[in-house]
Formats: sequence, structure tokens, C-alpha cells
Amino acid sequence: MPETSVKSAHACRDRLAELVVYFVAFLVCAAFVWITGDLVRGGMAHLSWDFFVDSPRNAGRAGGIGSILVSTALILLVALMVALPLGWTVAALLAEYMPASGSFGYTVRHSLQVLAGVPSIIFGLFGNAFFSIYLGMGFSILSGGLTLACMLLPILVSTAEAGLHAVPDAYRQSAAALGMSRTATLVHLLLPVAAPALAAGLLLGIGRAMAETAALLFTSGYVDRMPGSLLDSGRTLAIHIFDLSMNVPGGDAPAHASALVLIIVLLLINMVAMRLTTGWQHRKITS
Amino acid sequence: MIWWKHNISFRSAQIDTLTIWLLRGGAGIAAALVLLILLFLAVESWPALRHISPERFLTDPSWNPGEGMYNLAPMVSGTLYAAGGALLLATPLGIISALFIAYYASPRSGVIYQRLVELLAGIPSVVYGFWGLITLVPLINQLHPPGASLLAGILILALMILPTIALTAHAALLAVPGEYLRGAAALGLSRWGMIRGVALPTAKTGIVAGIMLAAGRAIGETMAVLMVAGNVVQHATSLFDPVRTLTANIALEMAYAMNDHRAALFVSGLTLMLLVITLSGVAEWLVRNRHA
Amino acid sequence: MSSKKRSGSNTLESGQPIGQDNNGYTLGPMQAGPACCDPQPLIQVENFSLRYGAQIALDNITLDIYRGCITALIGPSGCGKTSFLSSINRLTDLIPGCRIAGCIRVDGSDIHHAACNVQALRRQIGMVFQKPTPFPLSIYRNIELPLREYGITRRADINVTVEQVLQDVGLWEEVHDRLDAPALSLSGGQQQRLCIARALALDPKILLMDEPCSALDPIASGVVEDLISRLCGRYTIVIVTHNLAQARRIANYAAFFWIKNHAGRLVEFGNCRQIFEAPAHELTAAYINGARG
Repeated sequence: MPETSVKSAHACRDRLAELVVYFVAFLVCAAFVWITGDLVRGGMAHLSWDFFVDSPRNAGRAGGIGSILVSTALILLVALMVALPLGWTVAALLAEYMPASGSFGYTVRHSLQVLAGVPSIIFGLFGNAFFSIYLGMGFSILSGGLTLACMLLPILVSTAEAGLHAVPDAYRQSAAALGMSRTATLVHLLLPVAAPALAAGLLLGIGRAMAETAALLFTSGYVDRMPGSLLDSGRTLAIHIFDLSMNVPGGDAPAHASALVLIIVLLLINMVAMRLTTGWQHRKITS
Repeated sequence: MIWWKHNISFRSAQIDTLTIWLLRGGAGIAAALVLLILLFLAVESWPALRHISPERFLTDPSWNPGEGMYNLAPMVSGTLYAAGGALLLATPLGIISALFIAYYASPRSGVIYQRLVELLAGIPSVVYGFWGLITLVPLINQLHPPGASLLAGILILALMILPTIALTAHAALLAVPGEYLRGAAALGLSRWGMIRGVALPTAKTGIVAGIMLAAGRAIGETMAVLMVAGNVVQHATSLFDPVRTLTANIALEMAYAMNDHRAALFVSGLTLMLLVITLSGVAEWLVRNRHA
Repeated sequence: MSSKKRSGSNTLESGQPIGQDNNGYTLGPMQAGPACCDPQPLIQVENFSLRYGAQIALDNITLDIYRGCITALIGPSGCGKTSFLSSINRLTDLIPGCRIAGCIRVDGSDIHHAACNVQALRRQIGMVFQKPTPFPLSIYRNIELPLREYGITRRADINVTVEQVLQDVGLWEEVHDRLDAPALSLSGGQQQRLCIARALALDPKILLMDEPCSALDPIASGVVEDLISRLCGRYTIVIVTHNLAQARRIANYAAFFWIKNHAGRLVEFGNCRQIFEAPAHELTAAYINGARG
């Protein structure tokens, strides 16, 4: 019977497809478990309170990551202090003041999209040429932070813009009917309502910044001492992992531990960001 | 009847005007950033381009800046092989992962798997490189020394871009209208038949856009390939040969490059940026013309 | 103070002498319109037209809204009643591509004149929308926000105004002990009354209401309706409603809109008794009796 043979051929194909799909899913899960398992196993042994507080000694083979954490925090702080105000004002402009078809808004959006796709090593080259050499900051936390700020701008703008767009128009209309100026509406009403989305975007930006390495190699440098000022060179956790694994023989154990710390911090940040986003979406639907 | 014109901007409080100018200033800075980056890259590349003609970047005997040789071809081929191999591997795996979440998994396991993929996406490239260095490279070394090779680069890159492809493909599949799928079911199509006949063709543009984004990411990736691919300047003749990508080249040599050498590195950086911009531009155009 | 005679409206009919207090009502029963004085127009609309891009929404509307009275805008959906309402406080400015022609005068001054301050205009005009939209803040902050915007910053003053407007709308007993609770935790009817209170906080002269009861259940709807009737006389109210029974109950004047040639037009305007019981236009009669629309 032609029909049953077609049917059984289809059933066979379906079975095969199902097997392949489940196999691939299993492969991916296995890869994930393998990687995280390796990292946890290798890193747990080396973790201790001293590890978090001490500075690295002997090129990082001994000691801890205390100064590294401080440098990382400083670079992050510089990056956020520049990128946040800039990013959120651009988002406010795009969401509230620019008509969808205007050319200025289009240019801004498009440039940010291009910026989002630029590889991080290119940012490193730019940061080196502009911040370190042209502006004379040398290898410093300031230079690295400013380079990171350029990289964070697209993420902050797109998440903040989405958050503002999600505020229902009814609020804007009511505020306008009350005669409130657009600035007052933005500052007192829209930003507080969109705050969870803005916070989620901020956390995502922080996560991206902490994972960044290539952009910082030639802008904030390699020095692993505790930084004395913003113009001192300093290395982030990611660069520390890179240095330990590539340039320091016998640095595997502290590298493991550092990698574990980095992953755990990023995991926490992502979880909080996800919680904020779902909470915000929930409120959007129910309000 | 005279139609008066009313536009959106108000003649109201001065503070509104001030706000608008402040916002415009900020946006101007953001827009100018791209131009600034291109400008500085071009300025730094100029010394090299002035007395090294463009063909020399591909036809010089070798890459040996100390002796004025600037052949980028081995690095370009390294980049293309690594990114191409990673795409070949990650595309089917990513799309199938997306199919798993969308059509095959139960709702709860689908969500868990999706979180897993998102976590994979969040692992920094340096950590991927580190894991490759301590686990993958010794494994490959046992197969065929040395372990740090094109194969290691391809595998790690594939791991890194798989989440991108999977998540964008999943978003594209979610956008397939429910009526199409119900229509297919009503026609008696089996699950695979519906996927192959209806879902995948409809989601095609979104999936392709995701692949182009992943390609851009693979080409621009630096740290992970730097750590596992071996960094020898040569054209790869087998999967087990160590290679060096353009990005790794820049990262390795910037530290001590001077004058023309440094400018040549900037040239490679500029080409990389233009390539990635083109790729993401095509991806965006595809997404925008999805309904054309 | 002379009354304007226009076709279809008769403000001094049925023999009620002007100026006589009628059983303690400052406004007479529905027959006569305001009996305490000659009805004066507060909003004068002359040959007003509105279009969104190429689509004409309102064509050549001319009518007067009288001070202290409730004017109902009735008519089927889509004939521009909401657009007309939004034009009075220039909320149509927010819509890109919106063009107007003709003239609207509020209290004698042209609202589209270059010297007109839109925010001052909107302070004089309060608006309530169909779906209750309290801000997702506390009850207190909902009323405080517009007050602070207008420079009333002393806490004591704000407290006085908050209590006063909440008393006016009848919410004070229900919420006075939880002013910091989120406004969204109130029921639909309470939210709408809060929106009315918010609009009243700025002490406007005019209240625009776009189907304020249509999103509410019947009991809440009745409470809001009673509130609107109580506000009559103190404020000039323009209310868009699909509920003819409601218009009959609370309004003093009615304006009947209809669509002709894809544009909204004013068919008839007059005091309520005349519109509902003796309409001059056959279309009005057909709509009132449910034969059309």
C-alpha cells in the first residue's frame, strides 16, 4: 500500500528527527556540566578567605586576588559613572522625544547598533590610541574604564529604551492632561516606573564589563598591585585569569579559583537581572 | 480653510527646551563615538598605508615586521578557517537546540534548557579559553600533538557561538504565527513534517540573521582562540595545525609593536571592524525586510 | 451676558423665569438649564475642524459650552467625540500629524494663539479618561505630583488639598488611613474617583470626561455618576457618553455627533429636554429612539 509505506517512512523520519534532537540537547547539557564541573572541582580547593583578601605574590602563584578585586571594582566604577548618565539620557531621548521616523533618532540608533557589534579587541585598539596615547592617560584604570564605558553604551541604551517604551501610554496622556511638563513626567513618573528594567540593564552591563578582557589588555594594563589612584595601572579578574593561564607556569590553581569566582559573580548578577526583568514584565501585564 | 500646523514640541516651560538640548547633546556624543573610533583607527593605520601598498598585505613572503614583511594572509586564513569551522559545527547544533526548546521539550524542561543555554552564553571568553587550555588541549594532544590547534579553536568557538544561534533561532521560531502550525497539524503533518515544511521556512530570515550575528562574533573573538589555537603564523594544512587569527595577532603583538608594525596591526583592526560592520548591517537589513 | 441664539438651541424656554431659585437647587431641573443666571458660554468653538494626516476627524463644528453646566456629547462610535474633547485641552498636540483649523476660545482667549501657555490651559482643564489611569504610585503621591509641579510644595498645603479633593469625590472615608497604599490596589470605581480627585486638585474650571463610567461595573458606575452630578455648578463639565440614559439623567445640554462623508459632524445641539424629547433633526430622533447608530 503506497499510503502505509509513506506513513511509515514519515514515522521513521519523525523518530529519527526526535532522536537527533534529544541527542543534541543531551550533548549541550553534557558540555555545560563538563565545563562547570571542571571549574568547580579545580577551583574549590584553592578558595579561601585569604584568597579574597590577599594580594597576589610571586606573579600570582601564591597569595590571593584582593588587589585584583579592587582594581576590577574601580574600573567598573569609572565605566559606569561615565556610561550610565550618557546611556540613560540617550535612551530617554530616543524613547520620549524622537519620533520613530526622524533622521536624528535613526542615526543615533543605528550608530549604537554598529557599536554593539564591534569586536572587543577593536575597542582595545581604539582605547589605546585615544585614551592611553592621545589623551595621555597611559595604562591606567581611567583609560580602561573609559574604554569599557564605550562598550557598555549600546547595552544600557537598548535596555533602558525598551523599559521606557514598556510604560503604558495612558500614563503619559494623564500626565499631559494634568499639564505636567515633559521633563517632570519623565523624571517623576516614567523613570521610577521603568526603574526595574533600567536596573536589569545596568546589571547586564556590569556582567558584560566584568567578562571583558581584550579591550583592557592595552588600556588598563597588567599590574597586579593594589592601585593607588585612578591613573595607576590595574588588572581585572578576567585579565588575571588570562595572565595566570598563559604567561605564568604553575599558575593553574589560582587561575581555576579566579575563574570560579568570576563565574559565580556573573551567575548571581544574571539571576538578579532575570528576576527583575520577569517582575517588571509581570507588572506591565497586570497593571 | 487654513490648516494650521501643530508639531509636537511645546512652547512651554524653558526647562523642557533645556532638557531637549541636553538629551540631543548626549545622543550626539553616542552617535559620534562610532565615527571617532573609525577616525582613530584610520589615523593610526595611515603611516603604514602610506608606504605599504594594500596588495603587500596579502602578497608579501611572510609576516615578519622586523624585516618589513606584512603578509596578513595566514592570519586571515586562520580567522576564516576557525570561524567557518565553528559556524559549520554550531549552526546545526544551535538550530536543533532551538527546535528542542520550541517543539520537543516539555514546558518545564524547555525552560531549564533555555536557562542553561543562557548561562553558557554568559560565560566569559577568558574562562572558555582557560577551560580549553586545561582540558581540551591536553585531550587533543593525546590524539595528535600539539594540542593547541585549529581543532581546539574551532571547538571552543563553536561552544561560544552556539548559544547565540540557539537563542536567536528560538526567538525566530517563537515568532512563527500559531495559525500556521495549527493549519499544518490540521493537514495531518507529523511533527517533523511541520517543522521542516512550515516552521523552519517561516523562521528562515530570523535564523539567518542570527547566524550572521554569530559569524560576526566568531570573527571578532580574541581571547579564547588566543589561548587554545597555538598562535603559529602559518596556513593550516590540517585540523591539528596551530593557527593564529587576526584578532590574536593584534592581541599578541600590540604590546611591543612600534611604528610601521603598529600601524600594520591597526590596518588589520580596521579591516576587521569594517567586515563585522558589514555582516551586522546585512543581518539587520534581513530582519527589517523580513516581511518583504 | 446676552444669550446667543443659534439653530436648534433654546436656552430660555418653558417659561422658567431667569434668576429664580428653584426649590433650593442652584441649577434648575433639567428643563431650563441654569436658572440662576443667563447661561454664559465658557468654551466657544467656531468652525473647528481636525484631521489626522489625511483623514478628517471633525468637520466644521460650531457650538458653545455653558459655564457651570454639564454638556453631554452623544453619538455613535468613531464620530470624533473623543477627538473633540482632546482638542479642548490641546491634548491633540501629542499626536503627530494632527492638524486643526478654526477656533476654540476658552474664557474668551483663543487656545491656539501663539501666546497661549499650554500648561496653564491644561491647569484650568481637568481630564478623566475612559480607563482609570492612576499613576502606579501611592494614593497620596498621585495627587501630590501635579501639585508639586505647580509649585505647591508645602506639606501642609498639600495635605489640605488632598483631604479636600478626596472628600469631594467621596473617597476620604475609604482611604484616609492608607494614603500610602499603592493606587493600583484600589477597585476600578475607586481608581476612577481618584483620577477625578487628581484632576480636581488643580482647581480647574472645566472638567472633560471621556466615558468615565464605561469601564466600571454598574455599582461603581452609579457612584461616579452621582459624583458628577454633585460637581455640576461648581465646574463646567463636558462628558462623552454612549449611555443615553446617563446623559438624560445628569446632563443639562447635549450635542449630537454623527459621521457624514467619513468625517465627524455636529448634527444638533441644545438643552437636554429639547434633544431627548423634541429633537429638531430626524437623525437625532432616530438615534435617540435606537433606530440608528
